[in-house]
Amino acid sequence: MKTMLRGNESVAYAFKLARIDVFPMFPITPSTLVPEMISKFVANGELDAEFIPLDSEHSAISAAIGASLKGARVGTATASQGLALMHEILFIASGMRLPIVMGIGNRALSAPINIWCDHQDTIAQRDTGWLQFYAESNQEGLDLILMAFKISEDKRVLLPSMVGLDAFVLTHTMEPVDIPEQSKVDEFLGEFKPNYRILDTKNPATFGAFGSPRHYMEFKYAQHLAMQAASHVIDEVFEEFERKFGRKYSKITEEFTEDADIVFITMGSCTGTAREFIKMKRKEGKKIGLIKLTVFRPFPKDELRKALKGKKVVAVVDRNFSPGFGGAVYGEVLATMYGRDEPKIIDFIVGLGGRDITFDTFEKILEITEKGLEGSVEEINWIEVDKEAVEKEEMI
Amino acid sequence: MKNDWLFAPGHGLCAGCAIPIIVKHILAISGENTIVVNATGCLEVATTEYPRTAWRVPWVHVAFENAAAVASGIEAAMKKKGEKANIICFGGDGGTADIGIQALSGMVERGHNVLYVMYDNEAYMNTGIQRSGATPYGAWTTTSEVGKANPIGNARPKKPVAEIMVAHRASYVATVNVAFIRDFKKKVEKALKTEGPRFIHAISTCPTGWRSDPSKSIEIIKLATETGLFPLWESENGEEIKITYKPKFLPVEEYLKAQGRFRHLLKNPEYIEKIKEDIKQWWRRHGVEI
Repeated sequence: MKTMLRGNESVAYAFKLARIDVFPMFPITPSTLVPEMISKFVANGELDAEFIPLDSEHSAISAAIGASLKGARVGTATASQGLALMHEILFIASGMRLPIVMGIGNRALSAPINIWCDHQDTIAQRDTGWLQFYAESNQEGLDLILMAFKISEDKRVLLPSMVGLDAFVLTHTMEPVDIPEQSKVDEFLGEFKPNYRILDTKNPATFGAFGSPRHYMEFKYAQHLAMQAASHVIDEVFEEFERKFGRKYSKITEEFTEDADIVFITMGSCTGTAREFIKMKRKEGKKIGLIKLTVFRPFPKDELRKALKGKKVVAVVDRNFSPGFGGAVYGEVLATMYGRDEPKIIDFIVGLGGRDITFDTFEKILEITEKGLEGSVEEINWIEVDKEAVEKEEMI
Repeated sequence: MKNDWLFAPGHGLCAGCAIPIIVKHILAISGENTIVVNATGCLEVATTEYPRTAWRVPWVHVAFENAAAVASGIEAAMKKKGEKANIICFGGDGGTADIGIQALSGMVERGHNVLYVMYDNEAYMNTGIQRSGATPYGAWTTTSEVGKANPIGNARPKKPVAEIMVAHRASYVATVNVAFIRDFKKKVEKALKTEGPRFIHAISTCPTGWRSDPSKSIEIIKLATETGLFPLWESENGEEIKITYKPKFLPVEEYLKAQGRFRHLLKNPEYIEKIKEDIKQWWRRHGVEI
């Protein structure tokens, strides 16, 4: 049975279904509804968990580490500035190999302060050693949180995961969502028994020791191997999820790509708009395909190389930007396709700070991409920006 | 001493450093059923160089500013599992009074069942003697340099962290000095028997940063208390503090002249007068006329 849920509610239900033991939190727009709902679940006895309202996001993720090291299943939620404040500790969560799962309401970063959607917050945490998933819908948000626990807790992985849901477009928007039955989720995730060493007075161990140059690199190499293993474990878990719940997931999802010359690559909620736009354009005979990135870390290199083989032009839709370079997804796709003559890869920076991504946006992207089929176009294209206002130095 | 092996010898802390004495005595009292959370600092760096460790109880270090938050998470997980153990945080004055004070304040305000111990050597000693909020008035550090334009060194008074914890209504707060070991042990025992958030402020010598003779460490911190500069007291649930040791009120110069970090003050009696005045004021506020 489907229920109308906002994205934040999807995330909260997923944490409840995963039977988390501890939920450390600090409120931040647009993800605040997640801790509010967990607080309610705990207060009315629906969820047997310890709820810790901390003094900052930095403390929230620190408490998550403490709880996880004591063998608890731990979830939390944050966004934007909160995630940026966690930055230092995110490296430590992954370096200590703790399977914490975090829901993110993907939101722009200051300055100027802005509460609306883009992917800058999670993209800026790309190198912290967390697995990264991006949801297109609220259903995906719920499912990905559940799967993230299974993937993160796998003995071959033991790395934390973040699942991004676009601010407001998903976090605050109702969509029909199938909430799986508790018994089926229990069967899927199993009772949580930490398969890693924990703080145990009967079996004392030292965690977070000082790693000299003699040992530090081996710890990092172990993380590299874990990320590689995660790539396979993600496939396994996605398959098992499909068998149990009937919803198919893959690291990249290809649609209309078979005969396509042009391929759009999207991440997050704008995928739906891109899909409808492409359907419309295909009726006009335009051979456009779509690739949705669900997993950003580990980056699905092999899958993309296979999918982009024989394509002429790729339009990367980046809802983020790395100043001094361009879009981050563009950079990853470019590196992935290095050494191949085709396809030509063009970057589009769109929808920063919650600017709507509409059919018009994709029309402009298509126009430049089609030009790219024939001749040369700009490498990085900022779409729907009032360049005149910037040139008049109104924005400095 | 029972359980005195829980903090093992062979660590890399300096000769004359009081930290290992503080830690060893606390663990001897808390026993095996203890989990230690350590903020980044001398204690953490010098005791856990992988693959060796000086800790024979479960021990965790996450970062500089968050020991109290990590402990909050551990305590919550234990509550969920129905387990009981002493959770003890060790943090230096920098990790506690400065960068960690927010996490500490939160932990105490939320009422977590944790004992937080601040070993206070009055500067960032691990990074090499930089001033902290707990550096006393008149101390030289590498970031409160003494010169023609600044003859005082650190011009600000020491942040009263333990009193700030009393204001939080922590269930137990005490100042301790290993040179007064009976008082020290009594307070640690009391702290471990008390439920809720507890805070112990332990003065700790640093011969490297204090520019003092390592063989005189205990004598020097003894003087910190005997001159009235580091009073020994305790407080329960935010109640008025109770003095647990009445010092001899020796001249503060005795303490200052034993340490190179105060050498410049000896040429400036007006600064020493100010220190004496501050000592007088503190004791007057607590009903003792010197």
